[in-house]
Amino acid sequence: MAIKSYIEAVTDALAEEMERDPSIFILGEDVGVRGGVFRATAGLIEKFGEDRVMDSPLSESAIVGVSIGAAMVGMRPVAEIQFADFIFPAYNQIVSEAARIRYRTKSDWTVPMTIRAPYGGGVHGALYHSQSIEALFMNVPGIKIVMPSTPYDVKGLLKASIRDNDPVLFFEHKRCYRLIKGEVPEGDYTIEIGKADVKREGTDVTVITYGLMVHYTLEAAEALEKEGISVHVLDLRTIKPLDREAILEATRKTGKVLIVHEHGKFGGVGGEISAIISEEALFELDAPIGRLAGPDVPAMPYSPPQEKFYMLNPTKIADAIRKLAEF
Amino acid sequence: MSKLNYKEMGLTDEQVLDMYYYMLLARKIDERFWLLNRAGKIPFVISCQGQEAAQVGAAYAMDTAIDYLAPYYRDLGCVLVFGQTAEDIMMSAFAKPGDPNSNGRQMPGHFGGKKYRTLTGSSPVTTQFPHAVGAALAAKMRGEKSVVYTSTGEGSSNQGDFHEACNFAAVHKLPVVFYVENNGYAISVPLDKQLGNHNTADRAVGYGFPGFSIDGNDVLEVYQTMKTAVDRARNGEGPTLIEARTYRLVPHSSDDDDRAYRSREEVAEAKTKDPLITFAQYLRDHGVLTPEKEQEMNDRIMRDVNEGTEKAEKAPFFAPEDTLTHVYEE
Repeated sequence: MAIKSYIEAVTDALAEEMERDPSIFILGEDVGVRGGVFRATAGLIEKFGEDRVMDSPLSESAIVGVSIGAAMVGMRPVAEIQFADFIFPAYNQIVSEAARIRYRTKSDWTVPMTIRAPYGGGVHGALYHSQSIEALFMNVPGIKIVMPSTPYDVKGLLKASIRDNDPVLFFEHKRCYRLIKGEVPEGDYTIEIGKADVKREGTDVTVITYGLMVHYTLEAAEALEKEGISVHVLDLRTIKPLDREAILEATRKTGKVLIVHEHGKFGGVGGEISAIISEEALFELDAPIGRLAGPDVPAMPYSPPQEKFYMLNPTKIADAIRKLAEF
Repeated sequence: MSKLNYKEMGLTDEQVLDMYYYMLLARKIDERFWLLNRAGKIPFVISCQGQEAAQVGAAYAMDTAIDYLAPYYRDLGCVLVFGQTAEDIMMSAFAKPGDPNSNGRQMPGHFGGKKYRTLTGSSPVTTQFPHAVGAALAAKMRGEKSVVYTSTGEGSSNQGDFHEACNFAAVHKLPVVFYVENNGYAISVPLDKQLGNHNTADRAVGYGFPGFSIDGNDVLEVYQTMKTAVDRARNGEGPTLIEARTYRLVPHSSDDDDRAYRSREEVAEAKTKDPLITFAQYLRDHGVLTPEKEQEMNDRIMRDVNEGTEKAEKAPFFAPEDTLTHVYEE
């Protein structure tokens, strides 16, 4: 099996899907000749031409709105928003349109569209090139939100997203793009959307997380093993729909749960997971559910010490796990 | 009254009568809405009255077999030309199964329906503009000859999606016609407070495609201009922006009272230019709309509106639990 980077897995999935289905096309800023500002679409315009790897005007609402229109009449667009932070001009198109078109027509019209967007901090991206925005979409029924952590998951989940007949937000952690490498099978496979994955088996504390934080948690778990603390790591992979069964199973495994995510705590993904556990597995718990998240400030500053202060890291995660283990 | 000669435009007697039929059908359905609303039978009405010529003339210039509509909420005249019936519309007004627009899920006027080649619309305005561009892009990519019509009011023309869609379509020379029904009011806000330049068609220059501001009360002028735009689009020459100057003869909706913001004199003056009246007179003057034909058309329309109303009123609602279906693919 080949070792690929996270971003190579994105490119491979796109190329293979476009090869397979001529109704798939890519629409976004700089996705063509430049191959994307992160190079996620590198080489695709050469392979598929400028009609299928289309540079759009700098116009996010049009990128999504045009994709919705094309999807309704039978195309399968993969829109790219250059940074997740810039998705808000298209928020109305995603929330009021894409998410509701199936519902408001009882499936007469549907939107088989994927929106890819790089998110996340730790790249000196400051307030507008660092955000995690999943919480802002999480309570919007009608869309799916996929946030993979490994190259293997990226490829399988991106293929599944493109083939899905509902709109999918596919958020890629930009710090993972070149940092994270892993085994990726050649050829076709998909991973079911909505299924979490146990990334490490353990018996003392369960950590439920996703994205870059999976890797930081695995690092923390490695360190804690030497202290005799065994950590169970559940990678959600999909934020919407949440894998309730996997969350409950992981809870029962240790009776102590820490939820870790990069964005702020208030109104975040962790609150929902915590509520699910409280509603359905309260008596399995041996300690209060912990949430480790970014601070509730608008976004992370450019100043390096402040960015570092904002971001979680393996040490902060290990500290939180240790506290829970000792409870 | 129109100064155009329909025969010189290549239209037959049957075609101009057909256009009048759709205008009258739209008007009669709309009038019935208000009666039903005031009788407490339907919760909401949004009207096309006064804009029927602007709508029917535009839709009539399209090919209902291959083209698409992405209309705005007043475009009853357009969707009738594309095949919706009085019964369809009444099912929508009563929110009953069989409503092709939304199966009773959306308020009336939120048109849609795959079998009528009408993309689904919502309430946040002008979001349909980029959708129309997307459908046009798909047509171009697949080498199909479809043209897409999308419309909005002059107030809604100020949304960002208007600009983003026009520019996108211009860049790729897409087969789409952008259509503004300028009726002078965005609910209560008049042109003076809505537009720095009252002629929205002037914007076309900025996008690099043609723009026309036309008399929306003249169904023949509308048809002629729209035909030019549709032909251009079909020939791969790109988009056109058309502004139809028109007037909304009734309040914005059943929940609005227009006496708060415009004089009765102004409305009375507009009614003298009501396109239903002026086009009927035109057709009578040309000997096309004979008293017999007029009677026959009226009878047919009233029968359809009555039957549609009765069926819709009697039809059962969806079960309450139907609320939970069709969120995702099932």
